[in-house]
Amino acid sequence: MKRKQRRLVLIGAAGTTLALAATLVLTAFQQTIVFFNTPSELVTQDLSPQQRIRLGGIVAEGSVIRGQGTEVSFAVTDQIATVDVVFEGILPDLFREGQGVVTEGILDTEGVFMADTVLAKHDENYMPKEVADALKEQGLWQHSDGESNQQ
Amino acid sequence: MIPETGHYALIIALVLAIVQGSLPLYGVRRDDVAIMRTGITAAFGQLLFVTLAFGLLTAAYIQSDFSVQNVYENSHSAKPMIYKITGVWGNHEGSLVLWVLILALFGALVALYGNNLPERFRATVLAVQAWVAIAFLLFIIKTSNPFLRLDPAPGEGRDLNPLLQDIGLALHPPLLYAGYVGFSISFSFAVAALIQGRLDAAWARWVRPWTLAAWAFLTMGIAIGSYWAYYELGWGGWWFWDPVENASFMPWLLGTALLHSAIVMEKRDALKIWTVLLAILTFSLSLLGTFLVRSGVLTSVHAFAVDPERGLYILVILVLFTGGSLALFALRANQLKAGGVFAPISREGALVFNNLLLTASCGVVFVGTLYPLALEAVTGEKISVGAPFFNATFGPLMVPLILAMPFGPFLAWKRADLAGTAERLYAVMGVSLVTFLLVVWLRDGAPVLAAFGLALGIWLIGGAIAELAFRVKLFKVDFSESFRRFINLPRASYGTALGHGGVGVMVLGVVAVMSFEQEKILAMQPGQSADIAGYSVTFDGVRPRVGDNYRDIVGHFVISRNGRIIDEVDPAKRVYIASGTPTTEAGITTVFPSQVYVSLGDPLEAGGFSVSLYHKPLVILIWLGALIMTIGAAVSLTDRRLRVGAPKRAAPRGAAMPAPAQ
Repeated sequence: MKRKQRRLVLIGAAGTTLALAATLVLTAFQQTIVFFNTPSELVTQDLSPQQRIRLGGIVAEGSVIRGQGTEVSFAVTDQIATVDVVFEGILPDLFREGQGVVTEGILDTEGVFMADTVLAKHDENYMPKEVADALKEQGLWQHSDGESNQQ
Repeated sequence: MIPETGHYALIIALVLAIVQGSLPLYGVRRDDVAIMRTGITAAFGQLLFVTLAFGLLTAAYIQSDFSVQNVYENSHSAKPMIYKITGVWGNHEGSLVLWVLILALFGALVALYGNNLPERFRATVLAVQAWVAIAFLLFIIKTSNPFLRLDPAPGEGRDLNPLLQDIGLALHPPLLYAGYVGFSISFSFAVAALIQGRLDAAWARWVRPWTLAAWAFLTMGIAIGSYWAYYELGWGGWWFWDPVENASFMPWLLGTALLHSAIVMEKRDALKIWTVLLAILTFSLSLLGTFLVRSGVLTSVHAFAVDPERGLYILVILVLFTGGSLALFALRANQLKAGGVFAPISREGALVFNNLLLTASCGVVFVGTLYPLALEAVTGEKISVGAPFFNATFGPLMVPLILAMPFGPFLAWKRADLAGTAERLYAVMGVSLVTFLLVVWLRDGAPVLAAFGLALGIWLIGGAIAELAFRVKLFKVDFSESFRRFINLPRASYGTALGHGGVGVMVLGVVAVMSFEQEKILAMQPGQSADIAGYSVTFDGVRPRVGDNYRDIVGHFVISRNGRIIDEVDPAKRVYIASGTPTTEAGITTVFPSQVYVSLGDPLEAGGFSVSLYHKPLVILIWLGALIMTIGAAVSLTDRRLRVGAPKRAAPRGAAMPAPAQ
């Protein structure tokens, strides 16, 4: 093979790899991206059935009910709308009423959010960023100063 | 006085770094060796003063000096001594001091072992290394001073984040930083080569050991971080495709590519421009990782700082170094002579294939990690890109890479015989195929993909063994001769075999856990038993326990199989007294190479507790694989040809011959 041909092979291989990677990324983006919603966004939104979404807000006071076995239900609110959530499993350590939470799952036909993941990565001074931003937009929450260095 | 002295030491280190970053270059310009060598002294001095600052900060932690704001915010007098010390880098400011300490250490090592570098080149490398140090020292002194005082001094500290009060904090950050910062050496060498407009095989021989060492540190750092998250977070995940994890994984992927392309450059004087680009990008990704983790754009246990000024500053450092070095690359790359030619089927060709796939997979991770941030910045829309995305993109790219891996070391340089190589791998192909069929047959209804994945792992391990067997002519000559050959193999050959075999071991663990893991979430009353994967787990009830700085509710579980007790575990719900933060301490039993993982949940109103049980088949292999890879790198580093400082004679320009040091 001549130098030129070899270079063509190299460029061809690079192009193929790039095309493969791009195809994979674009396909995966269509199928796996999960959008973040607040309760008030969720209730007004038209979701296709079985679409996975993230729901973030504050765990409503007095809403946590531990049912039979390991099923837990609670409500997530942004003070405008409230969505009931059902979750099967062990809640994270930092899950508490009145605290920020992010859940991931599917909204069923009755408007109950069936979560399979609950995230509460924060301490008492801190909220999941998505939740804090969403609440700030609605002017419902202010970060207390000086507490920002904890986590 | 101690904190003020520490602060002062940082400033002196900065001044020395500025000297180191400028005077040697002036010496190069004037062609004055004495001036060039000031860089060496400055590098040692910088190390001395950064070490002093770090030591004094540690002293403030050990003494629980709460008049220092950083100590007050991150420590507590009741904290065990080991966590007082590791707590030094369990926060934003302290972790940056550690970063700079490791940077100064690497810089001093280059100064120390750089005697065989051309004088001008060493001066330039040290200067570039100093620029990185200047940027980070300025960052610390201007925005993140760990020595700030509080007046009046509080009586008690606020304690370290409980998740960080673990032996993992002693190992994970220093190793990870040694990896990140180690790549700064390859970066400095690359930039120095571009500045001087000279690049030859000797360059690759100097860069390779540093890259290999950095890569080994990073591998271990990531693996320990993974195991830490696995046992500390209480639900047994070992990799989350979380942005902060990806931040360390991207430099690892490109660093792996760099290791391999540097081989081509050293042996064949080819891929030179590409290798320099990789060196620049690998360190740029290390900086990007620092930015993502330290700027507060992400929420995670790693993101200490949410001060926008700090985020902006790191972004400026990132843009300056990446942009500057890439601009230099664009200006100078065409002056570098392109290297030798090779056929597509050859050792070089295989390594190019490796580089293409590793770079593409790094690109995929990059897009998945940064797209949500970019989208939010532009449109305000919030999305999350999680494990499904990465499994669907990263996974398929790994398959051709793994399929090709065992071929690589068999192929000859320049032009190789693919059919002949395949012949040598027939036995391994057979074993892999049998593995595939066995898994499908034994695990009735097992996903074909899982069987394929396990077969890939066996293919890699078998390939590594086959390569060693081929080199020692196993069964071709008599056994004592094979043994003699085995002893005399170059260490780098063991390194390759261990590195590739280690990936195989890891693949086995990853596939097994992803495909065959079992999980049960139960409401358990004391005295109750549950079965999982052939094990019986009996819950004996809970009891309180008081630790140094926490209170536990400890559950007691007995794990047995076929009526025989294997182990007892005590998972706990823990509350740290100072901060009131709860954590979960998992109970784990290892039945090599698998684990039974028990996590205690909340008490239930009807009595009893919610309990999570997991069976994690072959899970140990994930970290064992990483350990084997690291050992491979360490063994390789002891190879005479690779040893730091090995090329005693400056190789003639353009020469591609490896200098035999024997």
